[in-house]
Amino acid sequence: MRKVAIYGKGGIGKSTTTQNTVAGLAEMGRKVMVVGCDPKADSTRLLLGGLAQKSVLDTLREEGEDVELDNIRKQGYGGTWAVESGGPEPGVGCAGRGIITSINMLESLGAYEESEGLDYAFYDVLGDVVCGGFAMPIRDGKAEEIYIVCSGEMMAMYAANNICKGIMKYAQSGGVRLGGLICNSRNVDNEKEMIIELAKKIGTQMIYFVPRHNDVQRAEINRKTVIEWNPACTQADEYRGLAKAIDGNKNFVIPKPLAIEELEQLLLDYGLLEA
Amino acid sequence: MAKAQKLVQWEPNDVKDKLLAKYPPKVARKRAKQIMINEALENTTPTIEANVRTIPGIITMRGCTYAGCKGVIMGPTSDIVNLVHGPIGCSFYAWLTRRNQTDAINDSNANFITYAMSTDMQDSDIIFGGEKKLAAAIQEAYDLFHPKAIAIFATCPVGLIGDDIHAVAKRMKEQFGDCNVFAFSCEGYKGVSQSAGHHIANNQVFTHVVGKSETEKTDKYKINLLGEYNIGGDGFEIDRILEKCGIKNISTFSGNATYDKFASANQADLSCVMCHRSINYVADMLETKYGIPWIKVNFIGAEATAKSLRKIAQYFGEKELIDRVEAVIAEEMPAVKAAQAEVYPRTNGKTAMLFVGGSRAHHYQELFNEMGMKTLSAGYEFGHRDDYEGRHVIPTLKVDADSRNIEEIEVEPDPVLYKPRKSAEEIAALVKDGLEFKDYEGLNPAMEKGTLIIDDLNQYEAEKLVELMKPDLFCAGIKEKFSIQKLGVPMKQLHSYDSGGPYAGFQGAVNFYREIDRLVNSKVWSYMKAPWQENPELSATYVWE
Repeated sequence: MRKVAIYGKGGIGKSTTTQNTVAGLAEMGRKVMVVGCDPKADSTRLLLGGLAQKSVLDTLREEGEDVELDNIRKQGYGGTWAVESGGPEPGVGCAGRGIITSINMLESLGAYEESEGLDYAFYDVLGDVVCGGFAMPIRDGKAEEIYIVCSGEMMAMYAANNICKGIMKYAQSGGVRLGGLICNSRNVDNEKEMIIELAKKIGTQMIYFVPRHNDVQRAEINRKTVIEWNPACTQADEYRGLAKAIDGNKNFVIPKPLAIEELEQLLLDYGLLEA
Repeated sequence: MAKAQKLVQWEPNDVKDKLLAKYPPKVARKRAKQIMINEALENTTPTIEANVRTIPGIITMRGCTYAGCKGVIMGPTSDIVNLVHGPIGCSFYAWLTRRNQTDAINDSNANFITYAMSTDMQDSDIIFGGEKKLAAAIQEAYDLFHPKAIAIFATCPVGLIGDDIHAVAKRMKEQFGDCNVFAFSCEGYKGVSQSAGHHIANNQVFTHVVGKSETEKTDKYKINLLGEYNIGGDGFEIDRILEKCGIKNISTFSGNATYDKFASANQADLSCVMCHRSINYVADMLETKYGIPWIKVNFIGAEATAKSLRKIAQYFGEKELIDRVEAVIAEEMPAVKAAQAEVYPRTNGKTAMLFVGGSRAHHYQELFNEMGMKTLSAGYEFGHRDDYEGRHVIPTLKVDADSRNIEEIEVEPDPVLYKPRKSAEEIAALVKDGLEFKDYEGLNPAMEKGTLIIDDLNQYEAEKLVELMKPDLFCAGIKEKFSIQKLGVPMKQLHSYDSGGPYAGFQGAVNFYREIDRLVNSKVWSYMKAPWQENPELSATYVWE
C-alpha cells in the first residue's frame, strides 16, 4: 500500500485535486482510502456525493470508545473508502490533536490492514503545516510520499516551500519523501515554467500541470468528481493523466527548501518575462 | 577524618570557579551572574541576577507557575473549593503535598483542604475544548458543597487550547448568585518560576475577594499577616502569640485562610509582610486602595519574633499594647533561652546552607544565628533582585517578556473604603522613631562577607557545593532531600519541614533548636562507609599496577 499525503496552501484546491485524482485511480482499478484531515470535514464530499460522512471524532465523542470501522468510513465513487477526521469548531480546542487521535483510531480499527486490500491511502491535510498535529501524517510513517499542490502565485509557492521544510525535518528521522509538485493552474504568466524551475530547485519534479477549467466547478456543483460527472470531458483526461503520473511515479526525494531570497528571485525571473 | 577535611579553608572565588568549571562557556557566563560572593557592604550591594529563566537542561530546584498559584497561595485555604482544570496528574500531585495546616470543620467553617478536585481532562476535551466539562464540574462542586467560593486553576493544556476559564467562571457565578467563582490563568509554563503563580493568585484574590465582606471587624489592634502559609502549624503558633498580646490577626494570606478572612482584609489597620517575595505587591495594593500601611515582619527566630511584635506595638503606639507585648516576650523567652542554652554547646560553630523559597533562605538564618551556626551559602529558588539586594532596586528592575506575561493590576483609592489609618505626620513621627514602613533590605546585607549567594541553585551545583564546602546541614526541598543525604550530609526540608514544625514564633524556635541539634549531631552519618571500606581485612593489588 502506498501512503500519500496532499499538502498545499489553503484554498489552492487540495481537496478537489485529491478527489479527482482518486477517481482516476479508482477508474484504473486501484483500491483507495481517502482520509480527510481537516476540521471542516469536506475532503470527501465529491466522492460521496455530498457531506454525508460522520467524522471520526464526532463518532468517538458520541459512541465512546466502542467504535466500529463501519461507523467511520463510507464507500464512495468507484469503491473508494472515505473517512473524515473532523475536529472542533473554529476557535475551540485543538484540531491538531484531533487528527492524531483519529489516525490512531483508524490504525487500531485495522483500516490499513493487509486484508483491506488497499492500494493507496490518501491524506488530505488542511492548509499549511501549522502545528505538530497537522504534521502527523508525515510523522511516524503515516504517509510516505507527499505531493504539494501549488500554483504560480507567490503565496502558494511560499507555502509549498514551507511545507518542504516540514518534510525535510521528518524525512531525516523517518521515511517520508517528496513525490512532486502538482501545479493547479491559476493562469499566472509563465506558470508552468516557473513551477518546473521551482521543483528543480527544490530537488523534485512538477509531476503534473492541471490546467484551469470551469468543468471542475460544474462537477463540484453537482457534488461529483469530474470523471464521474462527465467522463468524456477534457478535464477528466487531465485528472486521469495526474492519476497515472502518481501511479507510475518513482521519483522520491528529500526536498531542499529555498531561502526566501531565492524564492523571490525566481518570481522576479519568471514573473517579469513577457508571456 | 571528616573533621580534618573540613578544616581545609576554601576561597569563595575558587568555589565559584569550580561550580562553573564544567559548564559550556555560554552557560557558565550566565550562571556566573547568579553566583555572587557577598561583600557585605553597608549601603550598597553588588548586583545579582535573579528571576530569569533557567537554562534548559539544568535540573533546577524551581517549580512551575501552577505550583505557585494552586499549591502555594490557594492550597492552604480551607473553605474555598479549589478546582483544577486539566489532566488528573496536575491535581493529584498538588494534593496535600505542602503540609499546610487548617482548622477542623466546625459549625461556622467548612474545610475542603483534604479534597483533590479536577476536571480530569481527556483527549476529547483537548480536541473539542474543555469549557463544557469545566462548567459541569463547577456545577457539581456547587451542588455537593454549596461553598462560598470556587477557584479554578488552569493547567498547561488549557492555555494551549484556549479554554476561556474566566468567562465560564463569570457565567457560573452569575448563575449561582451566592457563590463567588473566579479563575486563575496560571498555566505552568507561564513564568520563570512559581513566583509568577504567586502573583497571578494574589492579583485574583485581591480583585475578586478582598473588600467583599459585609461583617465589620471590631477588634482593637487589627492586622493582616501576609505571606504566612501555616506549614507545620507556623501560623497557629504566630496566632497564639498575637492573641496573647491582644493583637487580632484578621486575615492571613493564606495559611488557614477562609473566604471571609480574605474578604475582610481591607478592614485591618496594619499589614505585616512575612514572605516579601510572594506578597509584597498585595501589601502595596492594600495600602493604595484602602489606606493600610505595611511593615516587614519575621516570626522565624525568637529574637526576630520579639522584634516583630515590638514593631507592631510601636505602630499602634498605645502603652497598653506595648506593655502587654513586653510581658508576653518576658513570659515566653525563658523557655526559649533554656532550650537554646542546652543545644548551643553542640551546635555552635556548625555550618549550614539554605536554598529555599523567596524568604526562607533569609529568615531561617535568624534561627541558625541563635544556635551559633554559620550560613556558608544561601539563595532563593524564585526570589527577585529586591529579595536579595533590597527594595531600593525595584525601580531599576527591567520589565521583560516574562514579567509581561503576568497581569499587572492598577489600583486606585477605593471611593468608599479608602481610609488612611495614620496621617502623614503620624507616619513621619513613627519613621523618626525608627519604624520602617515598606522596607525590606533583602538577604545580602544579612549575610557575612565572603559567603556565597546563589540564585536558582541546581542539582549539579548543590552536589558540588556540598562536596567542596562540606556543610554540617543543608536545607532545601523534597527534590534535593535524598541526593544530599546520599552525600553524607544531613538535610532539612524547609518547604514542608519534613514531618516537623512549627518553627515560627517562640515555641517554634524551641522545636527548631532541638530538631537541628538532633540532625547535626547524629552519628548516623559516620556510618556511611561499611567497615570493610575503612579497614579491609584483606588487601590486594591488581597485577598491572
